[in-house]
Amino acid sequence: MKVLVPVKRVIDYNVKVRVKADGSGVDLANVKMSMNPFDEIAVEEAIRLKEAGTATEVVAVSIGVKQAQETLRTALAMGADRAILITAADDVHTDIEPLAVAKLLKAVIDAEEPGLVLAGKQAIDNDMNATGQMLSALLGWSQATFASEVKVEGDSAVVTREVDGGLQTIKVKMPAIVTVDLRLNEPRYASLPNIMKAKKKPLEEKTPEDYGVDVAPRLEIVKTAEPEARKAGEMVGSVDDLVAKLKEAGAV
Amino acid sequence: MAVLLIGEVTNGELNVDATAKAMTAAKQLGDVTLLCAGASASAAGEAAAKLEGVSKVLVAEDASLGHRLAEPTAALVAGLAGDYSHILAPSTTDAKNVMPRIAALLDVMVLSDVTAVIDADTFERPIYAGNAIQTIKSSDATKVMTIRTSTFDATPEGGSAPVETIGTAENPGLSEWVEDKVAESDRPELTSAGVVVSGGRGVGSEDDFAMIEKLADKLGAAVGASRAAVDSGYAPNDWQVGQTGKVVAPDLYVAVGISGAIQHLAGMKDSKIIVAINKDEEAPIFQVADYGLVADLFTAVPELIEKL
Ligand SMILES: Cc1cc2nc3c(=O)[nH]c(=O)nc-3n(C[C@H](O)[C@H](O)[C@H](O)COP(=O)(O)OP(=O)(O)OC[C@H]3O[C@@H](n4cnc5c(N)ncnc54)[C@H](O)[C@@H]3O)c2cc1C
Ligand SMILES: Nc1ncnc2c1ncn2[C@@H]1O[C@H](COP(=O)(O)O)[C@@H](O)[C@H]1O
Repeated sequence: MKVLVPVKRVIDYNVKVRVKADGSGVDLANVKMSMNPFDEIAVEEAIRLKEAGTATEVVAVSIGVKQAQETLRTALAMGADRAILITAADDVHTDIEPLAVAKLLKAVIDAEEPGLVLAGKQAIDNDMNATGQMLSALLGWSQATFASEVKVEGDSAVVTREVDGGLQTIKVKMPAIVTVDLRLNEPRYASLPNIMKAKKKPLEEKTPEDYGVDVAPRLEIVKTAEPEARKAGEMVGSVDDLVAKLKEAGAV
Repeated sequence: MAVLLIGEVTNGELNVDATAKAMTAAKQLGDVTLLCAGASASAAGEAAAKLEGVSKVLVAEDASLGHRLAEPTAALVAGLAGDYSHILAPSTTDAKNVMPRIAALLDVMVLSDVTAVIDADTFERPIYAGNAIQTIKSSDATKVMTIRTSTFDATPEGGSAPVETIGTAENPGLSEWVEDKVAESDRPELTSAGVVVSGGRGVGSEDDFAMIEKLADKLGAAVGASRAAVDSGYAPNDWQVGQTGKVVAPDLYVAVGISGAIQHLAGMKDSKIIVAINKDEEAPIFQVADYGLVADLFTAVPELIEKL
């Protein structure tokens, strides 16, 4: 079984985000970029499936600017076998919408015919939480989102999902789209020899035109603003002070 | 304009709070029809009919709609979509699972976690863990969106809308439910509670987390946790507050042994009053706290429980 893993290049989760003064967006020039943390978990899971003999090949796909090559090299260094880069933007500030990403991924999947797609549950830049579900709809496949455990059993997958009420386990027919949550696994670090080896692994370059997909956005970004700042608070000296303050404020 | 609101139905019951909050956003857009779907949904439908301003309730009952499996639920809603300009649901995990699927079936984008309705096409939503607020205008024929409940007040009861039973779409039979692991609790539900007490890695162990729960019970509060506390097994996953967990905005939020990473702040910084207890005076949580106490939580929390 082939496993496909879509990986997105996003601002590193440790970086403090700055909104541009003219309200045109978030400043991404000269900012540390990394693989979306959820996608690292998806790559890790795919590699473990390969190590367990369940998967035969792991293919990483990224859509965005050409610098997303670095993100794919990271996936290859972790253990993915090959990569596909679809260059769909020139400016690092252009975010390809989940619907367009899903259409491109569908085109890749039509050609690659994987048995399983492991995506992240959410990209930490646009916080959409949508691409996996959209892709599943376009393919007419089953979906299991927010996975904290994935067991492949024959032609189905048993997936435990993190939901509002606790945990839900469902059984989905393969091929399936699974989106991964934080507690599925702890991704490995790529070792130096593997980083060197990754440079020689195949990385195919494509464009949306190759797949005949229109990536024009459906949503116009009118403006981007800083959230309202909280008023400065105060430090209290003791538990007694805290209780007094809370009573004064009518909070308890 | 005609708006379809998907009620949050779990095991036949309507989550009134979440649905009523999304209703407040829905009625700014037009005439609201509320759909309750599930293996059993008529009791939920009756509860939904009482929300002020609802014009009509649709009830779809079928075994395939139990447990809100995404494929049959999305097929049902996509089949109804032609009559509506907007399709909304409260931003629960159920809705996040199904709404993007509905949007893709309709070939439209989804708008996730909408925090404000500007006009019929224009909305606000947070991006980058709430570090920026985007205003977006949709050119799609149908607007499919999830509504962040923490930013809308609940619509009160007082209506009596007619209830209509409808058929369901064909079940594509792609997935089946196996089991739910749900912890029963007498405490208020996290996203609707007036007070939330959360513990972080600083609490140190599952046993010591009982102290956080005791403080919560003293305050009649729901219990929350940071990702680190959940990852370490001190607290269950559904207590996680943050960018990728639950978003809460109670009147009072007490953060104990939580450093205040942006991913955590994303889920609680709209709370009215924030209290932070942390032994590190440099902890970033103090930058958003109304009242900060630099103290060892193992002495401060028992003292607080005693003095409240
Ligand atoms: C993709 C992604 C998504 C994430 N989503 C979330 C999310 O939704 N929610 C979330 O919370 N996090 C999330 N995180 C994790 C986040 O980045 C932080 O790692 C996490 O919030 C830290 O939890 P913490 O504050 O409990 O732990 P720490 O940062 O380790 O802080 C522990 C604090 O406890 C204090 N402390 C220790 N002992 C005591 C004591 N005896 N008395 C008083 N204080 C004490 C310390 O001073 C410290 O400030 C996410 C991260 C990523 C990468
Ligand atoms: N541009 C992209 N390239 C590759 N994968 C993507 C891209 N955008 C989204 N994804 C995948 O879809 C997941 C969810 O993203 P989103 O729906 O944007 O929150 C991510 O974790 C990735 O696995």
